[in-house]
Amino acid sequence: MTTTDAETREAEPGEPSKRGRRGRSEHAAAQNRLGLYLIAPSIIVLLIVIGYPVVRAVVMSFQKDAGLDPATGLFVEGGFAGFSNYTHWLFEQCGDVKCPPGTLGSQFWESFWTTIFFTVATVVIEVCLGMWMALVMSRAFKGRGLLRASVLVPWSIPTAVTAKLWFFIFAFEGIANRLLGAQILWTGSEWPARFAVIIADVWKTTPFIALLILAGLQIIPEDVYEAAKVDGATRWQRFTRITLPLVKPALLVAVLFRVLDVLRIFDLPYILTGGANNTSTLSILVVNQIRQGFNSAAALSTITFVFIFLVAFVFVRVLGANVVQTTQSQQKGAR
Amino acid sequence: MASTTTVEPGRATAARAPARRRGGIPWATVRMYIGIALIVIFCLAPFYWMIVTSFRDVGFTFDNTPWPTHVTLDNYRTVFDTSLGNNFAQALLNSAIIGVCTTILAVMFGVFAAYALARLDFRGKFLVLGIVLGASMFPGVALLTPLFQLFTNIGWFGTYQALIIPDISFALPLTIYVLTAFFSEMPWELEQAALVDGATPGQAFRKVILPLTAPGLFTTAILAFIAAWNEYLLASQLSSDRTEPVTVAIAAFTGSQPQQEPYTAIMAAGTVVTVPLVILVLILQRRIVAGLTAGGVKG
Repeated sequence: MTTTDAETREAEPGEPSKRGRRGRSEHAAAQNRLGLYLIAPSIIVLLIVIGYPVVRAVVMSFQKDAGLDPATGLFVEGGFAGFSNYTHWLFEQCGDVKCPPGTLGSQFWESFWTTIFFTVATVVIEVCLGMWMALVMSRAFKGRGLLRASVLVPWSIPTAVTAKLWFFIFAFEGIANRLLGAQILWTGSEWPARFAVIIADVWKTTPFIALLILAGLQIIPEDVYEAAKVDGATRWQRFTRITLPLVKPALLVAVLFRVLDVLRIFDLPYILTGGANNTSTLSILVVNQIRQGFNSAAALSTITFVFIFLVAFVFVRVLGANVVQTTQSQQKGAR
Repeated sequence: MASTTTVEPGRATAARAPARRRGGIPWATVRMYIGIALIVIFCLAPFYWMIVTSFRDVGFTFDNTPWPTHVTLDNYRTVFDTSLGNNFAQALLNSAIIGVCTTILAVMFGVFAAYALARLDFRGKFLVLGIVLGASMFPGVALLTPLFQLFTNIGWFGTYQALIIPDISFALPLTIYVLTAFFSEMPWELEQAALVDGATPGQAFRKVILPLTAPGLFTTAILAFIAAWNEYLLASQLSSDRTEPVTVAIAAFTGSQPQQEPYTAIMAAGTVVTVPLVILVLILQRRIVAGLTAGGVKG
């Protein structure tokens, strides 16, 4: 609460009267104080519900799980584990040997790449499809209400219900096989199972992406397009030279939200395929590990968290996704 | 074909397309309607299929006729039948309890933070916004392990508080973010105007500020409630049979034959869980879209 700091920030060029300056700096200090009081309860709650578990998870991840070692069959006491829980996952080491196939320890990289695959596939499809939807919605002068209503339906259905719904659609005798005239064991073999998860996720989330992109489209002023058209720009040129660059901030934020969301994907594959047939994601692996040993699960969840954090960091730093500003300007454009 | 060149498609033309209809087919309009139809079908077909199936007789589960056939209410009776080891009514109640408590707590804390973020200029404001946004994207599994152990140790496993507290971790950031957006949009000058016009601060708050904030608060509460109602990961691990919410109940729904998935009953359960939500969302769609695009709410 240093007043000097507030004063220098508030000081304007020119020579403001001494009284005015003091009044302003007192005002700033009062705002600082009030802001702190109002923010504090929420920050404390977040520290309890997020901060504490995270710190605890990190502490746990350096402890040994007491119990029988699956590799050696010997009883292991708890205690400090060093990085052994981390090497267990990252190098798939059970004790001194490679984790035998079938154990959870041997599934880390498989789950990792599955998660990455889901992320890339769903985000690419969803952004392309969402972009198209947003363009249609922005042009629709009739039926806009109907569009908005139907777009909200997949979003408002709980993911658990979505998963069950698509489980039924992808049943062997279900409507998907009937429409395709195929006999695919959707949830029973590797690639169909992956596609099932991807299709279900695309259905559920594309409308949401479309809404985010639409909000970005709506802040592009109409006369820019008019001017481009007068200058003889084709439809494609207008899309690549005007729409894309101007919608880029909104697009990046949408992609960031989605990427961080799919990296922690759990409900859909867990219910739809049970994580079988190489659809097990990092989150599913953590959940499967919990009942076999807390500390090892804590190490895995910490790895997952750090990984997601790094991805977010890269997005914000390298790609310049300005989440705070974009979402605020979108809010203004969305009205 | 030739008319494609005269009626050039695009945002601006599309908006003026009806006025331009001098003979020929207005391709931009046609294309637009096809686009609308495709989106509506894409979004609604699976939902429609769930409802149609929920009214279909179990024996005709894979009838696959696109319109309602073998209509029956049996599936809904099965859903609420407790003799098969399901307790769906209890699960509905649990979801309501968890959702309402989470929402109340999140809004209670969030409203102050959002007011400060929207209205005040204080140091560290952007840091707080960043923390809030970061928290809203926090992976649930990272909380799960320590909470699982903690709640087991202190005997909270399977209690309501064990389900409500973790839900705060995403409901509160969501509330703060959406409310901040709503608050920064509000015409706060009206408060000043009311004071100038001779209203007491209390009157200004009751008659001007409260009616203005109420819709935003309500929408935010709905969004937080939906997020809590839809939560599955934490609930699937931290709930017991007594406290499990609907999402967990539906995923674990058992039928009369152990080998056979009770599809029609599950679709009925899904309809029960979803339709009220969908109606609510459709009534509030304008505001929800505004809130969604502000908060980047996960589904």
